[in-house]
Amino acid sequence: MIGLSHYLIVSAALFSFGILCVLTRKNAINVLMGIELILNAANLNLVAFSKYSSGKIDGQIFAIFIIVVAAAEAAVALAIILSMYRILRSVNLDRADTLKG
Amino acid sequence: MNPQILSDLKQFHPEIILTASVLLVVIGDIALVRIRRTLTFILAAAGLIAALIAGIRLFGQDPGTLFFGVLSLDPMSVFFKTFLILTSLFILFSVPGSKELSRRNLGEFYALLLGVTLAMVLLAASADMLMLYLALETVSIGSYILVGYLRNERQSNEASLKYLLFGAIATGTMLYGMTVIYGLTGTTKLAAIREAFLQGAAAGNNSAMLLIATVMVLAGFGFKMAAVPFHFWCPDVYTGAPTPVTAFLSIGPKAAGFAVLMRFFFTGFSGSAPGTGMYSGVSPVYWNAILILISVVTMTLGNIAALRQENMKRMLAYSSIAHAGYILMGAVVLNSQGLQSVLVYLVTYLFMNLGAFLVVIAVYNHTGSFDLNDYRGLMRRSPFLTVAMSFFMLSLMGIPPFAGFLGKLYVFGAAVNNNLAWLAVVGALNSVVAIYYYARVIKAMVIEESSDTTRVPLSLASQILLWLMLLPTAGLMFFWSGVERLTKASVALFMGL
Repeated sequence: MIGLSHYLIVSAALFSFGILCVLTRKNAINVLMGIELILNAANLNLVAFSKYSSGKIDGQIFAIFIIVVAAAEAAVALAIILSMYRILRSVNLDRADTLKG
Repeated sequence: MNPQILSDLKQFHPEIILTASVLLVVIGDIALVRIRRTLTFILAAAGLIAALIAGIRLFGQDPGTLFFGVLSLDPMSVFFKTFLILTSLFILFSVPGSKELSRRNLGEFYALLLGVTLAMVLLAASADMLMLYLALETVSIGSYILVGYLRNERQSNEASLKYLLFGAIATGTMLYGMTVIYGLTGTTKLAAIREAFLQGAAAGNNSAMLLIATVMVLAGFGFKMAAVPFHFWCPDVYTGAPTPVTAFLSIGPKAAGFAVLMRFFFTGFSGSAPGTGMYSGVSPVYWNAILILISVVTMTLGNIAALRQENMKRMLAYSSIAHAGYILMGAVVLNSQGLQSVLVYLVTYLFMNLGAFLVVIAVYNHTGSFDLNDYRGLMRRSPFLTVAMSFFMLSLMGIPPFAGFLGKLYVFGAAVNNNLAWLAVVGALNSVVAIYYYARVIKAMVIEESSDTTRVPLSLASQILLWLMLLPTAGLMFFWSGVERLTKASVALFMGL
């Protein structure tokens, strides 16, 4: 029987993979994918808790809002990465190194 | 329509006005191309002024919640409403005087500024984790675009990319923490979370889980406040962003971050008997111990890193990190004295920090540089700018009789009165370290000589704006009782559902 803990383990794994991806990737697009994993881990948590723990629908509504915000964020992120590509002809984050100190 | 919603809308005027002016600016920018430069500015200014007036009219309302407990309306939220709208208004007036931005079409810039203001106002008042997350993300997404507004310039683009990646990770982590809190307590409303803690949610084995979740939530708030260890974006973004945006980020979103931090922990994680002004933690997590640690590390690291900066914007970035540490000292004290000290500090910080950035904008317009070396000999080239900058630097140091002293007095006083004298000592030592890098600016301007002796021109609008910052910075101490009364009346948080 699949219970709450199974969902939580999957979401914790998703979150960890997301953080790992964000920390290790050099390609800006890959980092964005890692961020999506983090957000979806949160979504999974919310839906699972909504069903098994609180019994109310507010967690699922929260998850829908997160999906919308994630789409908006991805749109802005891709626009910024695109303009980075126009300037540098690359999406490698190591090239973004003019600001430091 | 539900009569409850109709009556709530009457107390929602600032937000409605801001929303309407965002739309008007966008439409004006597209529809009336020939006059759009002045039109969008006037629309944005009118919207902010109207929202400010609507916000001031909310002072003295009965505390409560709006829209079924999603937003709170209490003296604290009304204070932050007016504070944040006023900040955006000052920033708006500084934009046309900045050479970095003034050559571009600014309609979208004004619309974004208004949108971020709206989101900050909602963030400061949110009493529900869903509203909190939405408002925080809207502030962030708007700020990413504002930082990258000079999209053909490498530094601006790089700053916005770094801000975006760091911000998305910080808010994603915060979100994951919030979902765990939701799972433990079964609700997203802050007041209901407190009730759940009182009934033993997250007790026993679950308290470790709550601790992790709390630290994760702090990542999001710390990112907004630029507190260590969530500050890495701050120096780069402040350097790369257009200077008016830098000034905005150092005050607006930071203040909104403090507002939401206090509301989250004081209404969600603490209980209070009405009228006493004393709070006590109800969750199994010692959140104020974590905040004390963050406060100490933030001010120390900010000040030490600022010592060796040669770029004015970068120096002010580290200085703003250090100030976040000082302000946090007020937020860790569990009573209304601590809350009041945060409000006093933010009021003084608005004028002195924005003033310093206005001088940076004026010098950049002439020299095209943010380098400290280009401030040499400013005394001969523009005595007014030199005196103004010296006042702001002395105020940021916290030297009486300038406004910054008042803020420091309140936060140190709150710490000492609540058995945290050692924290006040750390803060005082830090202020001594900070004198070095602020004084270095004054030394460069007054004592050092420069081969360049051309006068630095200053437009009338910039002069008026500088005076608006200068007078409160120099004279706030003489209106001490007014500041005391305003902030004391604004500390109350609405604790009910």
